[in-house]
Amino acid sequence: MNNEPILSVNDLHVTFQTRGTTALRAVDGVSFDVHAGETLGVVGESGSGKSVTSLAILGLLPKRGVTVSGSIRLDGKELLTASEREMLTVRGRRIAMVFQDPMSSLNPVLTVGRQLTEVLLRHGVCTKRAAPDRAADLLDRVGIPSARQRLGNYPHQLSGGMRQRVMIAIALACEPEILIADEPTTALDVTIQAQVLELLMGLVRDSNTAMVLITHDLGVVAGTCDRVHVMYSGRIAESGERHRLFANPHHHYTRGLLASVPRLDLVGGKLTPIPGSPRDVIDWADGCAFAPRCPAVTEQCLGVAPELVPAANGCMVRCVHPATEPVSLGVAG
Amino acid sequence: MATVQEHLQSLMGNRVVETAGSSLTRETWRRLRANRIAMVGGAVIVFFVLVAIFAPWLAPYDPRVNTWFDQIRPSSVPGPSREHWFGLDESGRDLLSRIIYGARTSLVIGIVSLAIGASIGAIFGVLAGAFGGWADSLVMRVTDVLLSVPSLLLALSVAAVIGQSQTAVMIAVAVPNIPLFARLLRSSMMAEREKDYVGAAVSVGIKRRPLVMSHILPNSLGPMIVQGTLALATAVIDAAALSFLGLGSADPGVPEWGRMLANAQRYLNVAPHLCLIPGFVIFITVLGFNLFGESLREALDPKLRR
Repeated sequence: MNNEPILSVNDLHVTFQTRGTTALRAVDGVSFDVHAGETLGVVGESGSGKSVTSLAILGLLPKRGVTVSGSIRLDGKELLTASEREMLTVRGRRIAMVFQDPMSSLNPVLTVGRQLTEVLLRHGVCTKRAAPDRAADLLDRVGIPSARQRLGNYPHQLSGGMRQRVMIAIALACEPEILIADEPTTALDVTIQAQVLELLMGLVRDSNTAMVLITHDLGVVAGTCDRVHVMYSGRIAESGERHRLFANPHHHYTRGLLASVPRLDLVGGKLTPIPGSPRDVIDWADGCAFAPRCPAVTEQCLGVAPELVPAANGCMVRCVHPATEPVSLGVAG
Repeated sequence: MATVQEHLQSLMGNRVVETAGSSLTRETWRRLRANRIAMVGGAVIVFFVLVAIFAPWLAPYDPRVNTWFDQIRPSSVPGPSREHWFGLDESGRDLLSRIIYGARTSLVIGIVSLAIGASIGAIFGVLAGAFGGWADSLVMRVTDVLLSVPSLLLALSVAAVIGQSQTAVMIAVAVPNIPLFARLLRSSMMAEREKDYVGAAVSVGIKRRPLVMSHILPNSLGPMIVQGTLALATAVIDAAALSFLGLGSADPGVPEWGRMLANAQRYLNVAPHLCLIPGFVIFITVLGFNLFGESLREALDPKLRR
């Protein structure tokens, strides 16, 4: 892995403000780097700001009522100040995205082939004549049988898993440097989830594409990512190398997430959900946003927002008193 | 083990892959076929279109010739008979021939005026739906103004400005359609714009023009098609109404259903068939378009689609 990151997000803030309401800080000072060929996991509950971060990277947030500040650099080039014209050459060509719901992410009135070739031709990856061959080749690579015939199919003729494969083919059509996968398997059956994940992993490994995998599924992250960022209420709560982070998470939120995952290997184990909902937050200015739901909350958690600091497990943790004792997962094993 | 694998492979290889099977159009067609009401409406439309096309071969007499004028009395107009199935009209012309030729005039007026109204409306709708912002506001205020005037009154004033001719009738019928289609297309484009596939297309760098023209627009056309068939029915009625009010072609020899109805009112007591027959024909045509339009809406409804 070379040391220069291809994508560098620095102190990203995204604020939603509609008239007459208080501003909502969806992303509140997030920084991370993505290196070529690595897979980065971004984990968090709904509303933690993970999807907004990815939309900000592609410049897809609505203009009205949204303020974006900070810096997003692609190979040293600032994307936040880039013109719409410049962004058009970034989207799909250098950074591509796979969305959550394959059922609605394909245009229902265009054939799969048409949607694939459109992207290829748009970025001038191949000639018009070579496009159908290229498209069939792409479908073949994402594991769609009889790819050539499938080019003439409409999205409604394909199953959910097939459609997500097509979405992946479209996203990878122009061999982007970065693939952002926003909960790519959430809408799929478990068996298909595994297939699609394995496919994604294989494809990015082969093409040395960096992948940002956004998910709320810790199982997915544990099996795939090199590094993991756990987000809570617009900030990174804990981040680090996958094995270290999962072996001994120090942030109570990460522990809570892990305890909420059903496990087969702990017979009779009870699930321990995190109490409350992601809406039960306090402003970071008033202390740790997780405090209302934290099992270890004390006076010190309030008043000042904790900083992201190195912790004993080799990760960065945003907590005043991180949990250091080995993970018990809350069950008598 | 290898043989089992090979066997499985051959079994799976035998499965026929569904090639470019049913597109949306084909699926809609399949559903229409299964709908009896749609088929009745469609049959009525096809029937009248065929009548209009083959009028010269179908009509027993020349619709303009008043050979039988001597049979007309102020107190009696001959009704249906063996020579004249629908009887004679008030000027001694064969009514059946005039109804048959009238299908031409009425349908042409209906279709042309609809085409004008729908395409201008569509242009406005795309402008508003694709750009939003001030273009949207401008188009919508113009349509508000057009909508605030009753359509028949609007048609009348257009006809008054252009003068008495068939073109005037077409334009007059077309103008009230413009705001309807503009609004319809705008609103369905607005709804489409928020769909996931649009976001997905943007995320791979598709530019605005192809995004609007080949992604959003084709998905927004469903309601337009339905409205089109329904508006065709209204257009036929409006054209008849305008002729009834005396705004149609200046040539009295031109057979047109609405005008036949208008001329018949003086003979209402003496010869009721003079207004019953054209009235019934208009009614059946409009019913045909309405039935077909309603079924088309059902067939295109995504909520009913599997």
